[in-house]
Amino acid sequence: MQRSARPYLDSLLAIQQDIGWELEEIQDWNCCGATEYISVSRLPAYALNGRNLALAAQQANGVNTVLAGCSACYLNLAKTDRYMQKDGRLNAQVNEALAAGGLHYDPGTVKIRHLLDVIVHKVGLEAVKRKVVRPLTGLRVAPYYGCMVVRPDPENRFGSPEYPTILDELMKALGAEVVDFPVKTHCCGGHMTQISAPVAYELIRRLLYAADQYQADIMVTLCPMCQLNLDAYQDDANKHFRTNYTMPIVYFTQLMGLAFGHDPAELGLGREFVNTAPALAKIGVEVPEEPAAARPRTRRDDPSLPMPQPLLKK
Amino acid sequence: MSTQQFPTETWTPANFLERVIAATPGESRLEMCIQCGTCGGSCPSGDDMDNTPRQIFAMIRAGMEEEVLASNTPWYCVSCYYCAIRCPQEVHIPDIMYTLKNMAIAQDRYVDSVAPDWSQTFVDYVENYGRSFEFGLATRHFLRHRPTGLRDTAQMGLGLLTKGRMDLMPQRIEWLSQLQAILNRAKELEAEGA
Repeated sequence: MQRSARPYLDSLLAIQQDIGWELEEIQDWNCCGATEYISVSRLPAYALNGRNLALAAQQANGVNTVLAGCSACYLNLAKTDRYMQKDGRLNAQVNEALAAGGLHYDPGTVKIRHLLDVIVHKVGLEAVKRKVVRPLTGLRVAPYYGCMVVRPDPENRFGSPEYPTILDELMKALGAEVVDFPVKTHCCGGHMTQISAPVAYELIRRLLYAADQYQADIMVTLCPMCQLNLDAYQDDANKHFRTNYTMPIVYFTQLMGLAFGHDPAELGLGREFVNTAPALAKIGVEVPEEPAAARPRTRRDDPSLPMPQPLLKK
Repeated sequence: MSTQQFPTETWTPANFLERVIAATPGESRLEMCIQCGTCGGSCPSGDDMDNTPRQIFAMIRAGMEEEVLASNTPWYCVSCYYCAIRCPQEVHIPDIMYTLKNMAIAQDRYVDSVAPDWSQTFVDYVENYGRSFEFGLATRHFLRHRPTGLRDTAQMGLGLLTKGRMDLMPQRIEWLSQLQAILNRAKELEAEGA
């Protein structure tokens, strides 16, 4: 979320006070490996996620929820935790690997949840509604969930793996008009843009086609991969199929920020490939043309926290 | 959920089916497949696969190891989990696809190298920096596999750069040596178990 999905992080940090949060980054987190590491080798991929879980558990400090914004991070962390609980051999092996770095993780210690789930179910729609100062009245929004947050979802946090509605409800709470979006949990193409681009273009086209047919002004996502594929590759997909879709793609946190009255630049708006200005003009928001200068990032850096120390075996 | 579980501690897999099951974490439920075809019908990239997932499972049972590992099917899986939630037998299809990819890489079976190379390049960055690095990843990948596509990608890359959404230098995590020690131990353990 620090780079290609920077608007996601910026908008999340902007709204965290509104919803009464103080977020703390997992110190020295590593990449979750997306769907790539686990394609190459299994145990190292679980150990990779095991390290993040172990670091989170050490840092937990009374709070035991790990919040993931990205679908792949969410699923990989949740899956590692679940399989370590269910598969004793995997648990032992992952912990043996972690021990080489002086770490240990007991599965189940931290709860891994997606940002959207916690905002809707813990903060609550009523609390969100109370913060709205600039309702998104008249803005037609296509809610796009993608795959890996709502599926496999063994704990049934999203209500339905094929037709969830919690993002719809959140958008309605912000005053937006939500379109009935039949492809809301279809795939954005994932890494296929790199492996076999035409396959990805077709999946991107289906989503853009549906959003266009339902006369959506804007599509909201909850995953950096979906946003990148639909936004940055929209032009390529258009060229491939000789179409001319101009569907702006933003993160749900950006629309929350707008509804809470934040400045568009603070929310990272203007960094998209597909221009969001015409859509957001409908709610009277002017999108900056040039991306705003980087805002100094504040991270709580309290030395009294129980920080993990690397204990390296030679 | 089923109650059947292979006693993985003591049991040595004999045939291809058993090896795939043993190499998949948790319960794969692969042996429960009833060949209904719901998986292939739900798959967004099913059209582009050499074999649908259903066919792959039949081939695994038939012991067609070479053909299965040479198929593009696991590499075209986008991990969307539609098959997994619709499967009436609750077979953990995406996890099985990951297992097949691991095996194809280990045995160097898959003919078209684009997908495995992409994964490997990604892994290299994670192992050397602890984080992924889009600029290096895309440059390396395109120079090797799609030099003609570089012009279009460069355009998009430039867009990401000017919009402040990409770095030219990778970020390195602080305790990289700790991560590497963990990953190396995991690799040793995996090699021992194989």
